[in-house]
Amino acid sequence: MALDSKVPEGPLEQKWDSHRFRMKLVNPANKRKYSVIVVGSGLAGASAAATLAELGYEVRCFFYQDSPRRAHSIAAQGGINAAKNYQNDGDSIFRLFYDTVKGGDYRAREANVYRLAQVSNAIIDHCVAQGVPFAREYGGLLDNRSFGGAQVSRTFYARGQTGQQLLLGAYSALMRQVAAGRVKLFPRTEMLDLVVVDGRARGIVTRHMVSGRLESHAADAVVLGTGGYGNVFYLSTNAKGCNATAIWRAHRRGALMANPCFTQIHPTCIPVAGEHQSKLTLMSESLRNDGRIWVPQQKEESRAADKIPESERDYYLERRYPAFGNLVPRDVASRAAKLVCDEGRGVGPKVGDLRLGVYLDFADAFQRLGRGVLDERYGNLFEMYEQITGEDAHDTPMRIYPAIHYTMGGLWVDYNLMSNLPGLFVIGEANFSDHGANRLGASALMQGLADGYFVLPYTIGDYFVTAGNSKVGTDHAEFRAVEAAAKGRVEKLLGIKGKRSPDSFHKQLGKVVWEFCGMGRNDAGLRKALAEIPKIRDEFWQDLRVLGTADTLNQNLEKASRVADFLEFAELMVRDALHRTESCGGHFREESQTPEGEALRDDEHFSFVSAWEWKGVGAEPELHKEPLKFEWCKPSQRSYK
Amino acid sequence: MDFTLKVWRQEGPDFKGRLVPYAAKGISADTAFLEMLDIVNERLIEKGEEPIAFDHDCREGICGMCGCVVNGYAHGPEAGTTLCQLHMRHFHDGDTIYIEPFRAKAFPVIRDLVVNRGAFDAIVTAGGYISIRTGSAPDAHAVPVPKENAERAMDAAACIGCGACVASCPNASAMLFTSAKISQFGLLPQGQPERWDRVRSMVSTMERAGFGACTNHGECEATCPKRVSMDFIARMNRDLMLASLK
Repeated sequence: MALDSKVPEGPLEQKWDSHRFRMKLVNPANKRKYSVIVVGSGLAGASAAATLAELGYEVRCFFYQDSPRRAHSIAAQGGINAAKNYQNDGDSIFRLFYDTVKGGDYRAREANVYRLAQVSNAIIDHCVAQGVPFAREYGGLLDNRSFGGAQVSRTFYARGQTGQQLLLGAYSALMRQVAAGRVKLFPRTEMLDLVVVDGRARGIVTRHMVSGRLESHAADAVVLGTGGYGNVFYLSTNAKGCNATAIWRAHRRGALMANPCFTQIHPTCIPVAGEHQSKLTLMSESLRNDGRIWVPQQKEESRAADKIPESERDYYLERRYPAFGNLVPRDVASRAAKLVCDEGRGVGPKVGDLRLGVYLDFADAFQRLGRGVLDERYGNLFEMYEQITGEDAHDTPMRIYPAIHYTMGGLWVDYNLMSNLPGLFVIGEANFSDHGANRLGASALMQGLADGYFVLPYTIGDYFVTAGNSKVGTDHAEFRAVEAAAKGRVEKLLGIKGKRSPDSFHKQLGKVVWEFCGMGRNDAGLRKALAEIPKIRDEFWQDLRVLGTADTLNQNLEKASRVADFLEFAELMVRDALHRTESCGGHFREESQTPEGEALRDDEHFSFVSAWEWKGVGAEPELHKEPLKFEWCKPSQRSYK
Repeated sequence: MDFTLKVWRQEGPDFKGRLVPYAAKGISADTAFLEMLDIVNERLIEKGEEPIAFDHDCREGICGMCGCVVNGYAHGPEAGTTLCQLHMRHFHDGDTIYIEPFRAKAFPVIRDLVVNRGAFDAIVTAGGYISIRTGSAPDAHAVPVPKENAERAMDAAACIGCGACVASCPNASAMLFTSAKISQFGLLPQGQPERWDRVRSMVSTMERAGFGACTNHGECEATCPKRVSMDFIARMNRDLMLASLK
C-alpha cells in the first residue's frame, strides 16, 4: 500500500492557500444533500460539527456522555498557542511552526504543522468572538504567558480552565446549530463499529447506553474526533470513559494506525497515593513558569521540605539545562524526574520500593510576586491540589510525578485529514498528524480547534465532489452484518460468566504497559510485554464477569467492551515501540541515548511515519512507511542546555 | 476506615427505588469518594451482585458528569468540591453515609444514582451562545474588554453544568445555572446584540422544562462546587425586566 500524504506542491507558506483554491466546492444548494456523522463532541468534534452545520451539511453528532459539554477537552488547563505576536517578543507563524516541529523531535509532517501555525490566529479571533473569557491585561487586551518549552509568550488562557472555556465555546456553537435544526445530537451513545462498503466509510453502528439499543447510521462521511488512547495505561490523566474503541474498530476495518508508540508523559501530575487510585490528576504545566523543581541531594532524605537547607537541594532541571531550566519540554522534564527518583532521591510516600515524587516549590515566587498574584494565576490549581492531597501548597512544596497524558499517535491521515479509507476523516487527538513524537504544551487545544473549525470543513467538501454522490443506506447488507457482529460481541461479553471484573483486567494490562512501554522502553521489556498481553487477553475472554443484561444501562458492559479493545490495541503499541529502535520525543528507547542520557534519534533509519495495517487478532500487522522529509526545519539533536 | 453506605438503588425510571445498605470496609483516608464506590462495586461483582450505577468521567472536578446527594448535600458536605474530588479523609471512621441521586422533576432518574440532565442542554439551545459564524470574526484585539468585566464573565463561565444547584434548591430551580450563562455573555461586548432575546428565551425554556422559581434560599450558591455567585441571578432578573421594556 503506497501512502500518499497529498501534501500540495509549492512553497511552504503557500501550500494551504493554493490547496484551498484547488479544492472543489460543493454547490451551496447541494450541501444539505450531504450528511456527516461526527463521533465525539470535544474540541475537534464539536467545532467540526458546528462548522459543517453552518455550511449547510446535515450533521449527526454522537458522544458517550450525557451532554457534549462533558468531553475530556474540558480538562485542559494551561492554554492555547497562537502566533499572534501580541507580546512583540519575536513570535511569528514560522517560529510557531519551527518550535512545533522541533518539539515533536522531527517526526511530524512539515506541511501539516505549518498549516496549524497559520490557522492558529484565526482560532483566537473566533473564540474571543464566541465570548470565551480569556485572561486580559488592565488595558483590556488579551494576556499571554509563556508555556513549557517556548521562549516567547504565545499562550492564551482562561485562568486554569482554558480547555473548559474553549470547549464551552465550541459547545455553544454546536447548540446554536441544534437550535437551527442542522445538527442532531445522540447523547449516551457509543460507536461500536465502522461500516465500510466497497472500500468507502459509509456509516457506523452504535449502542445507546441507556436502552442498550443497537443502531445503524449511514452518511456520506464519518468523522472521528474521539480523542486519544492514554487509558490503555489504566492510570492516566484521561477521563475514565476515554477509550480507543472508535479508532480501534476503524483500524480493524482497514484504517492504518500511525505511530502508536508515541505517547506523552506529563511531568506535573499528582503522585499515585495507593492501589485504590482510579486516575491521575494533572497540575497544569504553567506551574513550572513560577515553581522550581527540586529533590534532596542525599538519598533516603527523611527531613521535611522546609527543613532541607538550600545547599542540600538539587534543582536538577536548572542544573542540567541552564538555558531552559524548569521550562524544558515535557518528555525531558519527565525523564529527569524518573531519573532522580530511580536514584532514590524521590519524595513523598513509598510506592513499592521507591518514593515517586519531586518537589515543585513556589517559595521564591511567593517572595517575588506575592501571594495575590500567584493565587490569581494558579488559585484553582492550589485548591485542587489541597482537595486531593490534603496539603496546602502555600505552606509546603507540591509533590509531582509524571503520568500518561496525551497520545501523539493515532489513525493515519493525509493532508486533508482523511484516513486511507475514503470517507473516514480523523481529527484532533485521534489522528497522528501534527505533534510528531512529542506535543508541546498548549498545542492540543490549538490542533483540535484547527482541525474542526478551519481544516476539515474545507477538505470534506472536496471529498464529496470528487467521490460523487452515490448513497448507501442502512438497508445495505454490510450494515446488517456489522450490526449482527456487534450484537454477537455484546452477547459474548455477557456470556463468559467468569470470575473477574473488567476493571481488574484493565489494571493488569495497565501495569504491564506502564512498566515496559512507559517512560523508558527496551528490547527485553517490550518483548516481555508482547508475551504478556496476549495471555491477559486470553484470560479476559475466558474469565470475564459482566453482570446484568444488554438492554439496560450497564456500565460494566461498556467497560468490558472498551477493555477488550485496549487489550488488542496495547499489543500494537508495544510492537511499534519495539520496531522503532531509536529514541525520539516521548518514545525513549534506553538503547538509544546520548552520553548525557538524552533521547538519541536515528534519522537515517527512522525518519518515517509507521502506519500499521491490521491482519487479525494475534497476527503480525503489516508496516507501511510514510517517509518524512524536512525541507524547512533541518533536524538537529534537540538541546535545551 | 469502615463505613456503612445506604445507597439509592432503582432499576429504571419506571421502577420504585429504595435505600440499600452496603458495608465499605478497609478504605484508606486518601481514597476519593468515587474510588470508594469503585471498591464497593468490585466487591459486589465478586459476590455476583449488580454494581451501583453512577455517572462520572474526568474525576478532576471539571466535566460536571458526576454528582450525588451525600448525607443530604449535593456533592457531599465539603464546600467548593465536586463529588469526584471529595476524599474519605473528610468522613469519620464508622460513619453511615447516605447516597442518593440528584432529585428534581426536571432530572428524572435513569438508574440508581444516574439522572437525566438533558433539560440543561435545552436551556443552552435556547440562546446560550453568541451567533458567530466560523471564519467571520474580527481580530481578537479589535474590541478591548475591561479586565474586571472579563474576570467577572469568567466567574460566571466557571459553571460546570453539574446540576448541584438544582438538586440543593427546595424549588429545584435552575436559575443559578441559567443566570451564569446569561451573565457571562451579558458582561462581554460580544454578547450585547443578542442580550435581551437571550434572557427571554433561556428563562422561558427553563420554566417550561419543569424547574421551579428562585425564592432566595441561597442553597445553590452554598453547594456550587465552582462557587458561582447568586449575584448572577439578580443580574439575570434585572436583564429580564429590562428586556420586557424593550
